Amino acid sequence: MKIIVTVTPKKNVLDPQGAAVQHALESQDFPGLKAVHVGKIIELEIDEQGGAGWEERIDRICRDLLSNPVIEDYRWEKAS
Amino acid sequence: MKVGVLQFPGSNCDQDSLHAFATVLGVPARLVWHKEESLEGLDLVVVPGGFSYGDYLRCGAIARFSPVMKALKAYAGAGGMVVGICNGFQILCEAGLLPGALIRNDCLEFRCETVNLTLAARREAWQASLGANPLRIPVAHGEGNYRIDEAGLAELEANDQILFRYADRPAAIERRGNPNGSLSDIAGICNREGTVIGMMPHPERAVESFHPSRDGLPILQTLLKLAGHR
Repeated sequence: MKIIVTVTPKKNVLDPQGAAVQHALESQDFPGLKAVHVGKIIELEIDEQGGAGWEERIDRICRDLLSNPVIEDYRWEKAS
Repeated sequence: MKVGVLQFPGSNCDQDSLHAFATVLGVPARLVWHKEESLEGLDLVVVPGGFSYGDYLRCGAIARFSPVMKALKAYAGAGGMVVGICNGFQILCEAGLLPGALIRNDCLEFRCETVNLTLAARREAWQASLGANPLRIPVAHGEGNYRIDEAGLAELEANDQILFRYADRPAAIERRGNPNGSLSDIAGICNREGTVIGMMPHPERAVESFHPSRDGLPILQTLLKLAGHR
């Protein structure tokens, strides 16, 4: 199965990349733009027989390695 | 007195650090490969700058899982003296040895220049050796923008853990003193005990007459003094 992890900067943490992209979009005649946030996605391909507790294990690696909880939020979903 | 300089794949200030301690200051020093599992016999451990493991995912995130980092946690936990410079600072934050995190410079540029650095802490050993005058120390980083939540910043201030700040420059120089937009102009911090230190500027690149300054020497000497008092 495929798991897609999305990591984004926390809402209250300065996001210089998002701000730069927002400035660029504002010069592109893009009305109604309120905010831009730049994050990353990480795709995990996992054996279907991942074993019991695999969901907890994904949460753990998201917290321990794939995101830094000081500055980032994460969410993950199973790709169809 | 013996200094150890950690070496990860992608470290690039390891030789500079070794040179500063061993050749310039004449202190026995050795490189410590990231696969080593013990830091026994070392009085000061330097986590040098560079791009450990290519800085993939986040700066310092992957280095944190090296065997030597387990040893470093035990060493720091026992009161051992540790300094992380640039990428080393990022690694110490990722490893949870220092609070907060370092994100992209607010200007989005890699900044390679000499900054004015002032001592912010009222810690005796540092005040005695550095005084109040700004030091001229090089920086070279793309992600030196220190961030911590409000409660964390209040705690750093209450415990006198903000060691260095970027100082303003003379008005004649256009660019502001803070090269990366870090919170409260923070350039370096320490743990409560003052034994684990992280800083973005490079004191090891300010030790020779052909460097922008030799202001790194008193910083390195203070680290040695603190390591010797343990």
